[in-house]
This record gives sequence, C-alpha cells and structure tokens, in this order.
Amino acid sequence: MPGFSKSEFTDTTRIHAGRRVLHRFHVDLPLLLGLIVLVAVGLLVLYSASEQDAGLVSKQLIRLGIAFTVMFAVAQISPDTLRYWSPWLFGVGLIMLIAVLVLGEVGKGAQRWLNLGFFTFQPSELMKLALPMLLAWYLSEAILPPKFKHIMVAVVMMLIPIYMVAKQPDLGTSLLLASSGIFVLFLAGLRWLYIIISMLMLIPTSLLLWFYGMHDYQRSRVLTFINPDSDLRGSGYHINQSSIAIGSGGTYGKGWLNGTQSHLDFLPERKTDFIFPVFSEEFGLIGAIILLTIYAAIVARGLVIAAQAQDTFTRLLAGSITLTFFIYVFINIGMVSGLLPVVGIPLPLVSYGGTSMVTLLAGFGILMSIQTHRKLIAS
Amino acid sequence: MVQRASITFKDHFRETHLFQQRLLITAIITIILLAVLIARLVFLQVLSHDHFTTLSEKNRLDILPIAPIRGLIYDRNGVLLAQNLPSFTLQIVPEHSKDLKKTIEELKKLVVISDDEIKQFYKVLKEKRRFEGIPLRFRLNDVERAKIAVNQDRLPGVKIEAQLARDYPLGSLASHAIGYVGRINERELQNLNAPRYSATEYIGKVGVERSYEDILHGEVGTVLVERNSQGRVMRSETELDPEPGKDLYLTLDIKVQEVAEKSFGDDNGALVAIDPRNGEVIALVSIPTFDPHIFVHRVDTKTYKALSTSSDHPLLNRALQGQYPPGSTLKPFIGLAGLEANLISSDESLKCPGYYMLKNDDRKYRDWKKEGHGETNLTKALVESCDVYFYDLSLALKIDRMESYLARFGVGQPTGIDIRGEAPGLLPSKQWKQKTHRLPWFPGETLITGIGQGFTLTTPLQLANITAILGNGGQRYKPRIIHAIGEPGVEEITLQKPRHVGVVQKDNPENWNIIIKAMKQVVHGLRGTARGINRNLEYKVAGKTGTAQVFGIKEDEEYDEEKIAKKLRDHALFISFAPADEPRIAVAVIVENGGSGGAVAAPIARKVMDAYLLKDN
Repeated sequence: MPGFSKSEFTDTTRIHAGRRVLHRFHVDLPLLLGLIVLVAVGLLVLYSASEQDAGLVSKQLIRLGIAFTVMFAVAQISPDTLRYWSPWLFGVGLIMLIAVLVLGEVGKGAQRWLNLGFFTFQPSELMKLALPMLLAWYLSEAILPPKFKHIMVAVVMMLIPIYMVAKQPDLGTSLLLASSGIFVLFLAGLRWLYIIISMLMLIPTSLLLWFYGMHDYQRSRVLTFINPDSDLRGSGYHINQSSIAIGSGGTYGKGWLNGTQSHLDFLPERKTDFIFPVFSEEFGLIGAIILLTIYAAIVARGLVIAAQAQDTFTRLLAGSITLTFFIYVFINIGMVSGLLPVVGIPLPLVSYGGTSMVTLLAGFGILMSIQTHRKLIAS
Repeated sequence: MVQRASITFKDHFRETHLFQQRLLITAIITIILLAVLIARLVFLQVLSHDHFTTLSEKNRLDILPIAPIRGLIYDRNGVLLAQNLPSFTLQIVPEHSKDLKKTIEELKKLVVISDDEIKQFYKVLKEKRRFEGIPLRFRLNDVERAKIAVNQDRLPGVKIEAQLARDYPLGSLASHAIGYVGRINERELQNLNAPRYSATEYIGKVGVERSYEDILHGEVGTVLVERNSQGRVMRSETELDPEPGKDLYLTLDIKVQEVAEKSFGDDNGALVAIDPRNGEVIALVSIPTFDPHIFVHRVDTKTYKALSTSSDHPLLNRALQGQYPPGSTLKPFIGLAGLEANLISSDESLKCPGYYMLKNDDRKYRDWKKEGHGETNLTKALVESCDVYFYDLSLALKIDRMESYLARFGVGQPTGIDIRGEAPGLLPSKQWKQKTHRLPWFPGETLITGIGQGFTLTTPLQLANITAILGNGGQRYKPRIIHAIGEPGVEEITLQKPRHVGVVQKDNPENWNIIIKAMKQVVHGLRGTARGINRNLEYKVAGKTGTAQVFGIKEDEEYDEEKIAKKLRDHALFISFAPADEPRIAVAVIVENGGSGGAVAAPIARKVMDAYLLKDN
C-alpha cells in the first residue's frame, strides 16, 4: 500500500509549506517543473509542425493530461510495493508479448498491438518499465558487483523480451529495452572485464544480426545512414531533408511558424519522429541548445534522485529510467541530425503520439515515488 | 535464484560507493553525448548553414507525376466508344478572393451549388494553401461556364480548371462490354503499381476498361516544379512526357450491337454473336444496360443502390455471368453425340406418344407437345424439338457419355474470353453430383439433361461459342473482344491473332452434316420451330430454339413434369449460325420471360444476322 509514516516529515522543517504539500502527495517539484517546461515547448512545436492544427494539439493535450495523471498515480505507490510486484509485472508483460505475437492485430505491417476489447494496448510499452524493474529487483538481492551467474540470468531475462519485441518488428523499442537493461547492469557494478568482453563480442553479433536477423528495410536504413546520398529519393530522403531543415535554420532560426522546409511537405513524419528538425529550423541552434538544456535538467534531476536513493532496487531503477530517457533523446536527435541510422524512436514528450508518453511519465512517477518515499535513516 | 543468506554478507557501504561511482561515469558519458549532439548541431546550423540554405532553396524544386492520357476504345470499324473529354471544375483561390462567403453567394446565383459541395469546399479549404485553387463545383456545362466567364470581373479568385474525364459517346450502348472507369478505391490502391498510378485518379472497374486496364493506362510522366519559399509554383518544366495508353479496337460491330440491343424491346436478356472463323465477338449484349457516366462522376450512393438492388439487375453482365439452362438448344449436341457414338442413325425412328416412361418407374416424362409427335427420326426430333426422342437417346448415351461429349465443346467451362468475371456454367456428372449433393445419379436426371434441363447451366457466351464450334466444323477458338491494338499517333494497328485452342474430334463428318441440315430445317422447314423468321431470308440459317427456366431443381424436389413444362416457357432461347454452310456469324439469344424461343428469341437473332451479313447492301 502507498503508505508513509509521520516521521517522514519531521526532517522537512526547513522546507517551505508548499513543498511540504507537494511532498505529501509524492510530487518532486524540480522534476515536475522540468517536465512542464518541456511539454509546453513540445506543444508549441507541435502546433507549428501540424500546420497550426489546434484540434491535433488539443488531442495531444488530452493525452498529456492522461499521462500526467498516470504519473501522479504511480508516484503514490511506494518503492517497496513496486519491488514486490516487479516479477509479476514482468510476467504479465511477457504473457502479453506472447499474446501479441500469437494473436496480435497486424497494424502497419508490424504486430505490436493487443486488443483488450475496450482499448488497444502495446505490451512492449509495459516492458519498458517492467524489464528494468525486474532486473533491479533481481540484482538488489545479490551481492554487488554481480557474479557471472547473476549476469547470465539477467542477460537471459533481458534477451527474451528484447527478442520478442524485435520480432514484432519494433527495432526502436527493442533498442530502448536493451539499453534500460544494460544500464541496470552497469550501475550494479558490472565488472570492466565483462564490459570489455561484451563490447568485443558486439562486432560478431552485429555481423550475425546484419546477415540473419534484420529485415530488408532495416538494412537499407543502415546503408542509407552510412551513405545518405546513395538513395536520395528512397530511404536517404528522410535524413537528407531533415539535415536541410536543421541546417537552414542557422543560429537563430527562421522564427516560430516560419519554417519553410518543414512546411513544404519535404519533411516526412514531421509531427512524430522528425519533429526536432521542425523545431531547429524555426528556433535555430540557440533554441536547440535550450531544448537540450531542458532535457539535461530533467536527466540531471533523475540522476540526483538515483544518487540519493536509499537501497539498491530504487537506485538501480531510478538510474536506469533516467538514462533510458536520455537515450531516447540522444537516439532521436542523433538520428534526425544524421549521426545515427533511422530507427523509429520519437522525441520524448514532444513528438505527437500517446503510447510512449504514458510509459515515460509513469517512469517519472516512479522517480518521484523513489524520491518522496525515502526513509530517514541515511543522510 | 539468489540466496537470501547472502544478504547478510552485503557490504552496503561498498555497494553504495560502487553505485555512486558508476552513476558518475554515466553522468560524464551523458555530458559527452550531449556535447556530441551540440557539436553536430553546430556543424549543421553554423558551419554548414550556407550549404543547407542553398539546398533548401533547391528544395523548392519538386518532381510531380503527370497522369498519362487513357487509351481510346473503338469498335472494329473505328467507331469511337470511349474517349477523354475535358471536364470543367469551378475553383476559388482563397488569396485572390476578398470575401469567400460573398463570392460563393454570387456564384450560387449563377450556377447550382449544393450545400454538400459548399461543406466539402470548406473542408478542403482548411487543408490547402491560400494560393491553391479549391474545387467548388465539378462538371460545369457550357452554359454555366459562359455565365461565369461573363461575370468573371465580379468574381475575384474564381477560376475554371479543365481536366480530362472519361466519356462514352454512345452512352449506355454496349455498356457491359466496354465497362467503365471510376475513382481508384482503397482496395485497388493496395494492389497497384504505386509509381505508375501516382497521378492517376481513375481505373477501369468492369468490362474491357478493367480487363485491359494495363494497356489503356499508359505510362506516368514527370514535371519538374519550382516553388518559392511559400510553396507557390513559380515555374514548371516537363521532365518526362507521359506516355498515353494504347487504343483498343474491339471486335464488336457497334451497329450490330445497337440493332441487337434495340431488338430486345422491353425484355431483359442477353445476346452474344461470334465469328465462328476466329472467335471474334461481334455483339455482346446484356439487357438492361446502364449509363456508364454515373460511375465516372462520383456515383452517389442513392443512384448506385438503385442500380445494384434493382430486380432487373442492370449491373449484371448476363452475357458472361448469367447462367441459364440451355434447354432444347442443347439437343443438336446431344443428337451429334448419339450419331458419333453410333447409337442412332438418321433414318431410325421411334414413336412419340407425348410422354416417356422409365422401366420400374410409373412417372411420365412429358413432351412439350401433349399429343406427341408420332413417328419421329433425328431430323424431325430436332426440327420439331421432340423431347421424347431425346429422352430415349440420353438413356442410351448415359450421363457419362453425354457429359464427356458436351465437355469437348466447352459446356460448363469458361470460354476464356478476354473480359474478366466470366461464369463457368455447369455440366453435371456422376462425380459432380456425388461431390456436391452427396447423392447418386438418377436415371430421370439423365433424361432431363438430354433436353438441356436439370442441372446443366450455360452462359449466353458459352452457348454462342458452342454454336460457333458446331457451325465451323469443330474448330475451337477462345472468344475475344479485342480486334486490334493501336499506338497513339501511329497509323497502323496491330491485329490480334485468333486464339485457336483445339478441334472437336469428328468420327464421321457426315454426322455433323445431318445435324446442320436438321438445324437448317428448324428455320427453313415447313414445320421448323423457328420457321417464323424465314420470310425473305437472303441466306441460309441453321438454328435451334429452346426454352429455359432460371430456378434450379432441388435434389429432393419431385420432378413434376407438368409443372416444369409450364415453367419452361419462362425464358426463350435461340442459337443459330449463318450462312449455314459457311458461317460468318453464330448467335445465341436468351430473352428472360420471353415465352417461346421460336417466336421471341429467333427474330432477334435474325435482325442481328441481317445487320451483320447484309451490312454492305
């Protein structure tokens, strides 16, 4: 049960009354402020990217409302409860993933959705939280740094959902799942020897993936990444147009709603994955740095929460959630600016779309829970 | 699993230290990655800014597809059947119109504009740019265009755009054969070659328009378009000319087709005329016809519903898809089967008392002539269409031999005509009955199969085709509707070759002559069932009348011959070819609810043969 003891508040004498109320409702003010600023900027960009479609923006606003509600709700759950339910949550997620593969509805050529009768649901989203929770739960009961046996078990736990999500096929999400797992392991103190060995193994593994594990369209995306000019009309088009939009924005940008590349239909998917080029065309380098600063502030707060967390489970979980959020940002901006191959990962809390938003904010709910349910033994 | 016991050995201080150390490393990596992103952005936005600004200017060059002009359709004599005519659309360019509402009000005074059209206009308005013309009314006629042209100065921002739209100058004539085009729908879109159709709005839906879509469509072209920073097209330059679709010359003789369609009067039915020498379809009639233009211009659901639910089924192509029992028109083929099997000869005869009875069965299988035909040989049986003679013959032939002989002509098989959607008809056999009805074959069914009733079903096309085969001495051709294909702008046309698919084996050519002679008497003989059409006939016709019912006999239904005999009169049939000795045309006619084949169907065939054979006079 989401409980708290009176004693939690005895230490908060130096905190203002307002913060006290926030704390009582398990809200972390710095994190909340960061998210609100980010979301506000996001809506502004979306308005421009959607050709000033107020209907679309209000739809996004409703989704945000739902996602923030979920965040506040999750924040009320104590980390102990979260830990207790971690393996169960993972089990449910796994069953749902199997269900999706077996009877999932085929949408857009990929099986990602599960129709629960009253609404459709993407089990891989649940996995984004369930996997780091499971790993954090598992490793929190081991002596750290983890021994070889524990690492192996953890790797198996990771590979099962990653493989199933990749099979859907949803490369972006499986990449995020992998990084969330790797962060838990790394933060748990995975020995450098293992890290070096697995990095060396990356080369043959990626070769194997290239030849046996990838779809043609995925391969062509990687090839285009290496040489975008090779196929300007086909798959290189995205990256090329995106670079033009960003580059032509210059230092100060063309001004809000004044972007030309993004509005002339040259830029595909400009409301979703490719929203960053719209932003940087209109707000320039200055705007982009400000946006990155907002993201950095949120990540920084997440890392502080992780650093202050009191037990292994919460710190591993907080660290993984925060770093995965950063990976989201890095992969998205890296991909639209031509640093990384195109994988379908949206710019978190800015791109249009609802599914990942709920998961992201649920993750921040966990961070808030961790921060506000601390017991006052350490310090 | 992790052992609980180990918890006691946990070194919390060490673990915390390790974690903090790791967290610090990730924080540093995060900062490095952020720096990488910023460096990349600096590279793009500051160092390469000029380069990308140039590219963004260039980006205003866009390549747009141009739809090819659809090929034309002619009849065999070069009469135009399908063409492309400019269709005029009333558009308003918002940025030039000072007051949209007022402009629309003004326009309403000049031309009819429905509320739906205005609603649609405002919907499209939201999606388009201010300098783009937004359609308000489609298909303006000349008067409306003139009215707008005269008032042009009072209507700022109003313009009229011309677009090519499919047009069928002869209207509903041969509408089933030609077919029509309509807007590409969702399902078709998925199966299309997307680049080729990137500028195309219409696609063939039925008939030749659909079956020859590939040839008619043509190849897409491209235009290079230069836009300014708002996206306005400043200059355009054709990069690749679209290649118009090829023209089709149908085998149809549209004059014959017209005669045929008119001959039906108010009756529904179908007629197919084939050139027995090569399988060319001279006329392909399905009545009622429909106006193909309805489908070209956004068919409204009301009109479509009325068409598709009408009890007359005007959208059904009866010639290809209507399956009817052939009735007595099958008798010449059964007779030929008997002769070739040496079961009968032309001089053997039997006495027809007006009914026929099977051994161990007290049911009477009646002849259509109650009092009977008396002494009847094969010729008389065909000329007067005696049922009893053929009951007896079928019993001797048995279903197996009947089935295998009729199959040689193609009964119960699609003819393979080059128009999609042909129905196969049905040729029953013992195996077929066992498979579909799970019942053995009964002798009574053999009898009625012998007079073209029972399970047997043929399409009018199939009937015309087997008649053509009989007329030309056993040569089987796939019927075809395309006479020639023409390249646009090229004088010469490529004639299509006949598609010969085999020969019906003849054991004795004399047998065929006996049948054809008898069929000549059907028309020219004193007692022939189609003698009504022989007046002033300038050539010899071989024919056979028939009557048919459309409902199927259910397996458990008693064969009440009397009841059937009455219903047999429902549909009138006639097959014929002419000139009888060297046929140039074979015709099959079915008139739904027409009554007697000789009185109703045969005159239609005569008119068609006259129109075709005597056209030079």
